[in-house]
Amino acid sequence: MAVASTETTTLNNVEAVRQTLYEALKNDPRTLVMGEDVGARGNVFLITKGFIEEFGAERVIDTPLAEASIVGIAIGMAMEGLRPIAEIQFADFIYPAFNQIVGEAAKTRYRSNGDYTCPLVIRTPYGGGIRGALSHSVSIEALFYHVPGLKIVAPSFPADIKGLLNAAIEDPDPVLFLEHKKTYRSVKGEVPTGHYTIPIGKADVKKAGTQLTVVSYGLYVHQALDAARQLESEGLSVEVIDLRSIRPMDRTTILESVRKTRKLLIVHEDNKFGGIGAEVSAMVVEDAFFDLDAPIRRLCGPDVPAMGYALTLEEEFMIPTSRMAEAMRDLVAF
Amino acid sequence: MSTTITMPQLGETVTEGTVAQWLKKVGDSIEKYESFVEVTTDKVNAEVPSPVSGVLTQIIAQEGQTVPTGAPIAVIEEVGGAPAPEPTTSPSEALAAPLAATPAPVPASASAASNGHANGAAPRGGNGVVNAPEILRRVSPAVRRLAREHRVDLVAVRGTGQNGRITANDVLASASQGPSAATATSILEAPLPAPTPDAAKPATASAPKPSYGAPVPGETIPLSQARKIIAQRMVDSKHTAPHAWTMVEVDVSGLWKWRNAEKERFQRDHGYPLTLLPFFVHAAVQSLKAYPLMNARFTDEGILVHREINVGLAVALDSNLIVPVIRDAGQYSISGLAVAAGKLIERARAGKLGADDLSGGTFTVNNTGANGSVLSAPILNGGQAGIVTMEAVVKRPIVTKDDAIAIRSMMNVCLSLDHRVVDGAIASAFLVDLKKRLEAMAPGGTL
Repeated sequence: MAVASTETTTLNNVEAVRQTLYEALKNDPRTLVMGEDVGARGNVFLITKGFIEEFGAERVIDTPLAEASIVGIAIGMAMEGLRPIAEIQFADFIYPAFNQIVGEAAKTRYRSNGDYTCPLVIRTPYGGGIRGALSHSVSIEALFYHVPGLKIVAPSFPADIKGLLNAAIEDPDPVLFLEHKKTYRSVKGEVPTGHYTIPIGKADVKKAGTQLTVVSYGLYVHQALDAARQLESEGLSVEVIDLRSIRPMDRTTILESVRKTRKLLIVHEDNKFGGIGAEVSAMVVEDAFFDLDAPIRRLCGPDVPAMGYALTLEEEFMIPTSRMAEAMRDLVAF
Repeated sequence: MSTTITMPQLGETVTEGTVAQWLKKVGDSIEKYESFVEVTTDKVNAEVPSPVSGVLTQIIAQEGQTVPTGAPIAVIEEVGGAPAPEPTTSPSEALAAPLAATPAPVPASASAASNGHANGAAPRGGNGVVNAPEILRRVSPAVRRLAREHRVDLVAVRGTGQNGRITANDVLASASQGPSAATATSILEAPLPAPTPDAAKPATASAPKPSYGAPVPGETIPLSQARKIIAQRMVDSKHTAPHAWTMVEVDVSGLWKWRNAEKERFQRDHGYPLTLLPFFVHAAVQSLKAYPLMNARFTDEGILVHREINVGLAVALDSNLIVPVIRDAGQYSISGLAVAAGKLIERARAGKLGADDLSGGTFTVNNTGANGSVLSAPILNGGQAGIVTMEAVVKRPIVTKDDAIAIRSMMNVCLSLDHRVVDGAIASAFLVDLKKRLEAMAPGGTL
């Protein structure tokens, strides 16, 4: 991590995204933002508020409600030398752009034998727990992490957001940048001032421990940390890894940790079946089988078609911190 | 836990395989992915890697035995595994089994013997280990590994996990207290059950053996699996197909000049040598198209004329002969054939051909001239109507059309044919067609 300054400021996640985008537009004339309501409205979470006045409508582009076109046009811009940062207003709306992302952006470098790359960032808010109901709550990472050629990051600390968003903008290939809505204003942290990047593909051990490894990302990293600290007071030592990058995935950090603790709990909000945890689990069983002292456990969203609006249904979907703590205690005791 | 190893399917069309050689003996330990048996199908020898780490406890298919793909050939007991299910033989039977019935000594038998166990199967029946607590059947991978590494007897470890489960930390705590007295007979160290002796001997060739009288003393070289297969194939072909033979002389002066003019550039551009072989195969394919009966097989139902021309190339290896096949050779240009043949030969010499590389041939070309031969009578590759040889190119004085004497580069081309499929007229017409095509080749042609 190349940190330009030891000075920090306190930002929440929305402010971290906003500040990073602002600095990119200010310092790199190739960059531009585009998406639904990013201009006059300044984004539905006010991330780009005021950008259109300062940078003009050519670099802060309000698009029609046409996600396939947003990504498709951005791909063309990226292939011809610009650094577009496209926004899908909610991850739930990304499906029309699936073909452009998977069929075009991810394959550009391969298809052109390296003559073209696609330095495109697609930002999108995802995740539930905010009464967003069926079409403002989904997690989409597992739909895309099967695709070689695509990078996926999902940081959930402001300092990580800044470093990884800078890395994504500078990356020569397409990056899907996922921002958990519930952490937007609820999570605050110290963010180094000045320009820096965090390498894509590097996880972060947010809390060290010896008896159990917890792998998570997004909102649940924060809850897992709360649970692990709670367990600390009970004398149990849990290590919490924030993947930060989903693809490429930091197998080294995961395997090192599991070899140390010999037990693994994976926690994510997305559905369990075929989710990110399935890959983490397979990786560990393939490479650290003889270090495992307990079955790997996954604590994930239920296999239901969507998160309901009714509070009871949303609560049923989302995993409370108390359940994470319970699963951790169980596995440590196993 | 024991893993039954089955005969692998080497190539999608292969239905059976022969155990060529066991690279491990019963009792030997095997690392995961380590080759432990050599299997032969057709003429492919493939070493089979072990899917698990463990000890080879039973050999089911003996060397020389041919079994269908998927049939069990061996049993590997994973190291540190939970006790195997009760052996089918009762303990007393196992004890009674003579030690000699074990093909190879079980490695742990030395320590077992020093503890009073005379036989590999004894500890299970004799000292009650088989009645170890149920929990031992369910130890975690880490516990197994640590117990093995630290030589900890799990029977003596007190479990502190849920329901008394032995945790990895329990093993480490036990290890730090020093070795227990029971170490040598630890459940993890216990010798494995003696393999069931396989009485079935591989069936030897059923054909009556000719008697040649008493052999003159000498040294017998054991038959390799490949040698056995070659022998069987040659006998089969020679006994089944009535061979007829014919030959033409070919003036390859133009071809020789052409090839010499192109060979350096070709090697540089393609990375494979430009020999006479691809020119020859290209011409042969054209002639086969003109005379499709030479690209056929005799069957009881009739003469099967193949749609594709798949040309087998006889390649001599150090100790055997192998015939990789260029499939649908008609699709290639001369340079395409040179590259295809170069790749096949390269892989053949590296022993990396798969079963599919060696099957499906419909006609064979044998470059006997490479060894200096000027005349040979090849044996048909079973199931094919013809085989041609390219003999050595030699300069000879010949009488030209206008009665002059000239020095030309000459090559004899010999053809063996299955006389059930074609008669001499067609065979000769085919061979003369091939001769004309070869003689028409000259510098400036299309590679």
